[in-house]
Amino acid sequence: MSAVIDTHAQDHHHGPAKGFSRWLLTTNHKDIGSMYLIFSFAMFLLGGSMAMVIRAELFQPGLQIVEPEFFNQMTTMHGLIMVFGAVMPAFVGLANWMIPLMIGAPDMALPRMNNWSFWLLPCAFLILVSTLFMEGGAPNFGWTFYAPLSTTYGPPSTTFFIFAVHIMGVSSIMGAINVIATILNLRAPGMTLMKMPLFVWTWLITAFLLIAVMPVLAGVVTMMLMDINFGTSFFNAAGGGDPVLFQHVFWFFGHPEVYIMILPAFGAVSEIIPAFSRKRLFGYASMVYAVGAIALLSFVVWAHHMFTVGIPIAGQLFFMYATMLIAVPTGVKVFNWVATMFRGSLSFEAPMLFSVAFVILFTIGGFSGLMLAIAPADFQYHDTYFVVAHFHYVLVPGAIFGIFASAYYWLPKWTGHMYDETLAQTHFWLSFVGMNLAFFPMHFLGLAGMPRRIPDYALQFADFNMVSSIGAFMFGASQLLFLFIVVKCVRGGEKAPAKPWEGSEGLEWTIPSPAPYHTFSTPPEIK
Amino acid sequence: MRVHAKRAGALLGASLVSGQAMADWTLNMAPGVTGTSNEIYDLHMTILWICVVIGIAVFGVMFWSIFAHRKSKGYKAAHFHEHTSVEVLWTIIPFVILVVMAIPATATLVDMYDSAEADIDIKITGYQWRWKYDYIDDEFGFFSNTTTPQDQIYNRLDKGENYLLEVDNPMVIPVGKKIRFLVTASDVIHSWWVPAFGVKKDAIPGFVNETWTRVDEPGIYRGQCTELCGRLHGFMPVVVKAVPQEEYDEWKAEQVANAERERELTEKDWNLDELMERGESVYASNCAACHQADGSGAPPAFPALKGSAIATEDLEAHLDVVVNGVSGTSMQAFGEQLSEVDLAAVITFERNAWGNDTGEMVTPKDVFDYKNRE
Repeated sequence: MSAVIDTHAQDHHHGPAKGFSRWLLTTNHKDIGSMYLIFSFAMFLLGGSMAMVIRAELFQPGLQIVEPEFFNQMTTMHGLIMVFGAVMPAFVGLANWMIPLMIGAPDMALPRMNNWSFWLLPCAFLILVSTLFMEGGAPNFGWTFYAPLSTTYGPPSTTFFIFAVHIMGVSSIMGAINVIATILNLRAPGMTLMKMPLFVWTWLITAFLLIAVMPVLAGVVTMMLMDINFGTSFFNAAGGGDPVLFQHVFWFFGHPEVYIMILPAFGAVSEIIPAFSRKRLFGYASMVYAVGAIALLSFVVWAHHMFTVGIPIAGQLFFMYATMLIAVPTGVKVFNWVATMFRGSLSFEAPMLFSVAFVILFTIGGFSGLMLAIAPADFQYHDTYFVVAHFHYVLVPGAIFGIFASAYYWLPKWTGHMYDETLAQTHFWLSFVGMNLAFFPMHFLGLAGMPRRIPDYALQFADFNMVSSIGAFMFGASQLLFLFIVVKCVRGGEKAPAKPWEGSEGLEWTIPSPAPYHTFSTPPEIK
Repeated sequence: MRVHAKRAGALLGASLVSGQAMADWTLNMAPGVTGTSNEIYDLHMTILWICVVIGIAVFGVMFWSIFAHRKSKGYKAAHFHEHTSVEVLWTIIPFVILVVMAIPATATLVDMYDSAEADIDIKITGYQWRWKYDYIDDEFGFFSNTTTPQDQIYNRLDKGENYLLEVDNPMVIPVGKKIRFLVTASDVIHSWWVPAFGVKKDAIPGFVNETWTRVDEPGIYRGQCTELCGRLHGFMPVVVKAVPQEEYDEWKAEQVANAERERELTEKDWNLDELMERGESVYASNCAACHQADGSGAPPAFPALKGSAIATEDLEAHLDVVVNGVSGTSMQAFGEQLSEVDLAAVITFERNAWGNDTGEMVTPKDVFDYKNRE
């Protein structure tokens, strides 16, 4: 151990290497964090442009722009890219940048593995995106890739898709191991677990979720691989297999996966709301316990995605009750955020705007989630646009707004410059209006009976689809503004002090802005 | 009582907007026409209002803070950051609300699972991309295909009132009778949904799911497949016609007689022209979706039949492909889906249409013999 600490004497002549090899060979958590964030934003734009194709086709009834085959490829790739390419890597990027700074560590615990887990991602997505140009087209069976549509009836590119998922899984597992090792081993002296910032806590729990379920995903795609290429019949009823088994295994991964995408956002928002309320987070301990409870419950609710497959009534009841129970810890979190704001001294810079919108809109997504938990009612909601509205409400203003809030909150620390506040607030309002215009009408469409994943629809759904498409175009276009704001901030702007936000707390604000290439080579002392 | 009041309201609403398509700006779920769908509607409204009330309370406090506790107004932050009894209270209250909510949900679910003792059993089979309805007590069945013309889908013609929600042969059921549905699929997973009944059940190959309904109002009810099942997932509507018992009996007698006539057709001596004529319509409703009306297909997924080796060379191979399908591709096994007459007709058609003039004729007996030889 002492050998590692002794190197701090050479720090001043140990800056980044020059040129491309800096990025290819880097083991620096800040470089790797930046690469993750840039990669995730590139994927966000790619997945977003696919959403634009989907919304353009759905602008009016009838088939205008794409054929049903291609439409299905778009919905599939949009889902896969947004989940695995945009949201998850963005949070890993935030973790890389912020966890060492927040716990007073010099770097991540396993820096070479950190490099490797990042560079796997571009490879995985190169393979995934290349399927669009293969004979028979890209995967077209939805991001949930239900068998036997994805096995016996899948396009030839399915095997490439499986390989890409395997690589992504390896990357995620290594990232998660790194986060756990860092948090458990490299905290500054005096930082006990219950003194850790909430962002660190939520990431610790997320990392355990990842380690628990990514192997399950790897298992289910391996079974598909065997069915497709090696003559097994895991999911083929004609060979004695069971198509429903696929769904059980997939959702055992899939439900914790949705919390993997939201818990770090909970953590980030729990940093930002107190900062701009100038008041400590209300109920720190109950926040930690609530995240733990949500994570545990996430393992016993998977079949609520399968209420219509014909599971026995005892199963229906168990999964309905367990799912409803998640509302309790989630409610605690929302109440705590509101109590933090209550009688604070509030100001509304861009990070706070995104965080407040996060709390409101995520709660709306939570409400529709509670409605979906009611099994008999789910028979009507299931696989309609009501579900599409629900999960976009938890993922867009949930995960994505959480990421935007974090980006604006920490950009001064990353770049050393303040971002353009007026433009950032414009970005917020455009995103806020566009997002609600795009996704709120989907509730009505679902309740009126429009199934999801259809390229064309009956005439009574026409009006709201047009509204939704307009909102989606607006939301999509405003993300280019975000790109502009970030580039502008990186290139220059008002110099950021070490602690640009009056009410913020934490070790990351004790170091200068921009954060030096090496930080906390000597651990800080926590009182 | 409430159910009847709602139904009267729905009827009144329907008569007010009669003549035009369903209201375009529908915001909410409709109560439907069965006990189940009404119970679901009540649950939906209850939970919706609970959410609205909680939302108003929580967001109310939040908006109060946003407006009143601003730094720009000189508001100084308080210092509290925990309060055990408040935290316990807002853990317990939501829990109690959930328990209250779970009770009616459980009752409804138990009701929906009571699929015993039905008056009529109908087996529903999902195919890519149509439904088959088998009335197993009366030994007849038929396919239900979409009838929306391609010209409407591709915007060359104005769209009809029931665009994408119309079929050639709707399921017909009598009102006031308990109908049990046995739901399965032959290829991928589909899901059979009629919103007005509150019935949605996945159709899964290798499984037979049970569900039931009892419809009180005569009428035509429309729904769609709700599980992604491939290319034409958006184009496999469900249409159910609920009719009075006498009308149902007449319809059933006709269907039984038709089925009998079909069986006799197998015995008949067919000539090439008769088979071609029948084959053309069989092809249109079973094959044209993939292989196209002019036999040009959509390669590579759906090969052309026009001038192809399969349709012009070895007859055995042609029979094999149509009867047994091609595993690992979208080509289904039609052996069990179509009658011997229809199989003979469609194969004859494919071997003589679009300039494939082989002059060969396949009779129902040839198909029958081929199937038995296997």
